[in-house]
Amino acid sequence: MKIRAQIAMVMNLDKCIGCHTCSVTCKNVWTSRQGMEYAWFNNVETKPGIGYPKDWENQERWHGGWTRKKNGKIVPKQGGRLSILAKLFANPRLPEIDDYYEPFTFDYEHLQQAPELPTTPVARPLSLITGRPMDKIEWGPNWEEILGGEFDKRSQDYNFEAVQKDIYGQFENTFMMYLPRLCEHCLNPSCVASCPSGSIYKREEDGIVLIDQDKCRGWRMCVSGCPYKKIYYNWTSGKAEKCIFCYPRIEAGQPTVCSETCVGRIRYLGVLLYDADGIEKAASVEDEQDLYEEQLKLFLDPNDPEVEAQARADGVPDAWIEAAKRSPTYKMAVDWRVAFPLHPEYRTLPMVWYVPPLSPIQSHANTGAIDSIGEIPDVRSLRIPVRYLANLLTAGAEGPIVTALERLFAMRIHYRQRQLGEGDGQAVLDQAGLSLAQVEEMHRYLSIANYEDRFVIPTGHREESEDAYGLKGSCGFSFGNGCDFGPPHSSLFGGKMGRRKLHPERPLDT
Amino acid sequence: MSDTYLNTLLFGIYPYVCLVVLLLGSLIRFDREPYTWKSDSSQMLRTGLLRLGSNLFHYGVIVVILGHFAGFLAPHWMVSPFLSPIAHQLLAMVVGGIAGLIAIVGLSMLIYRRLGDPRIRLNSRKWDIAVVFMIWLQLLLGLLTVPLSAGHMDGALFEALTSYVKGIVTLDMNASSYLIGAPLTYKLHIFLGFSLFLISPFTRMIHIWSGVGALAYLFRPYQIVRTPQTRAKEPIRS
Repeated sequence: MKIRAQIAMVMNLDKCIGCHTCSVTCKNVWTSRQGMEYAWFNNVETKPGIGYPKDWENQERWHGGWTRKKNGKIVPKQGGRLSILAKLFANPRLPEIDDYYEPFTFDYEHLQQAPELPTTPVARPLSLITGRPMDKIEWGPNWEEILGGEFDKRSQDYNFEAVQKDIYGQFENTFMMYLPRLCEHCLNPSCVASCPSGSIYKREEDGIVLIDQDKCRGWRMCVSGCPYKKIYYNWTSGKAEKCIFCYPRIEAGQPTVCSETCVGRIRYLGVLLYDADGIEKAASVEDEQDLYEEQLKLFLDPNDPEVEAQARADGVPDAWIEAAKRSPTYKMAVDWRVAFPLHPEYRTLPMVWYVPPLSPIQSHANTGAIDSIGEIPDVRSLRIPVRYLANLLTAGAEGPIVTALERLFAMRIHYRQRQLGEGDGQAVLDQAGLSLAQVEEMHRYLSIANYEDRFVIPTGHREESEDAYGLKGSCGFSFGNGCDFGPPHSSLFGGKMGRRKLHPERPLDT
Repeated sequence: MSDTYLNTLLFGIYPYVCLVVLLLGSLIRFDREPYTWKSDSSQMLRTGLLRLGSNLFHYGVIVVILGHFAGFLAPHWMVSPFLSPIAHQLLAMVVGGIAGLIAIVGLSMLIYRRLGDPRIRLNSRKWDIAVVFMIWLQLLLGLLTVPLSAGHMDGALFEALTSYVKGIVTLDMNASSYLIGAPLTYKLHIFLGFSLFLISPFTRMIHIWSGVGALAYLFRPYQIVRTPQTRAKEPIRS
């Protein structure tokens, strides 16, 4: 056994209000640059919907993630090493920028500078790729916001697999939920495996997956290789970029920007200890529905003295082991089993997990009565079909999702009963298989969600990896040589691709 | 200025200038400006003809380049037991001709895409466009030598060209003399060829090195983990 530690994230979808604060703050910090206008390291999708980029979950189309061969070995779905090299000249599975959206701005200047016109001046959309006017904006980063668009299109959502989806197109049966997404910082990343240059790597000490910008050659096999489509090709710099899990903040013990700014307090960050030697075996199990359980088995109990001793022997710092004992992500994923990986069937063993959302009870309006099993409402009568959540989070296995939803309900019912003096709420706990201590802790973490409970992040040991004296006076986070982020400029060695100015058309101006 | 002077300058000295700039320039760029080192793909802006054109061009041109290396640099004792000089020349003409045709068809599609699609055109640098035209011209010159060679099936011209290339590689100071009397098409082809070496470090052509380097992918494990200690060895840039 080789124990490594990772800062893992859990998002409690039950509390996500879809405000996009995470996306906007992330964008402002990391991707407000030419070439990355279309890229959102963090985005929030309304489900059901085809998402961003369009249809990203359909791996028959993009060939992301891994596939298991007959002999039990896994290879990237887009092909083995030789096959990937053979596709270097034109990646057959690369999304075009229109699959995300054509980035745009507006001709704001015209509003101030227009001469006297017979009509009010308008700011027409301008493409940020060509700088030329766009007739119409056809798609955007969040085009399906709150079920925007017709059901026919949204129902192409991959998670409707084995769901009788037609009835959900009817107004009274409709359902929705939000799905914030970022890089999963997988244990078995297929982007790393797909990179012909070997420029992508996982950090041993905190599990963050990064692209070495000096080593990336722009072969773009990682873009198709990532099943979550969370690697973006910067079309100005010619390099791939991705969510960096705000590693400078994580190293300093601070939460990522998306987590820090989440107004719904849905995000949790904590240490998970895992068995690095078991990764390949866990990712190679035959039945896709076993992948969730297999990944759970990789997570080690930090309170087990043997695990603690082995972790220390493998170089995990003491502060990290202590943090693992207080880890909110461990509690949610392992102790309470209310958090799940996103699309485990891609076999990447993702490390951003989700607590499935509760939803109103579907049959209530029709019958005037609530279907219950014992103390807990029948979670199969919830507006969001259990199978839909299972397709999203457990490769279609409904059992673990049902248990988690029942536990979330049990917590609410238990507290309602206690606070209204309707008893001690023990019966509901027995039914959900929770102890009193567990439900009280669940309440503290999920409902109260204090900052100190949500984020238990030990500081990194940068002193081991860098010479602070050598960094003195250097320019911090920048690309290549030089400290500026200005417009594309040329150098002896080529400079950047990219348009330099906008070309608005103002036909009425004279 | 005599013809010999010009011949020595262009085919005796200029090649070494180009090769030195290629090697030293690439080394300096790799070491000092690694962030600028990439293939500069425009595929994600719009794939269009790239899928077909790029595959035709690259596979064609790889055969052409390997053919040049094998044809000109393979020592006599490796080739002569299997091929007579005439068969050797015929093989070069047929294989090179077909691969060259495939490459130039592919490159023509790529040029059409680069200039015809506003998205690509507006985001191209001057050198991106210059390079594709230079390579196109080079392929054309190369193809024009095929019918020329057909008129010299005695193998003498082919022998002179081989001696020239070997002379350049083995630092033979009289190498350029082999080209005196060679048809102009060959001379232009050789001059433009070395010029492509010359501009490589300063253009996207640099990615050819990485294409060769990517072969290392075949021999590495799928997963890469970096420890703080390995990262400590990375250079600090400022």
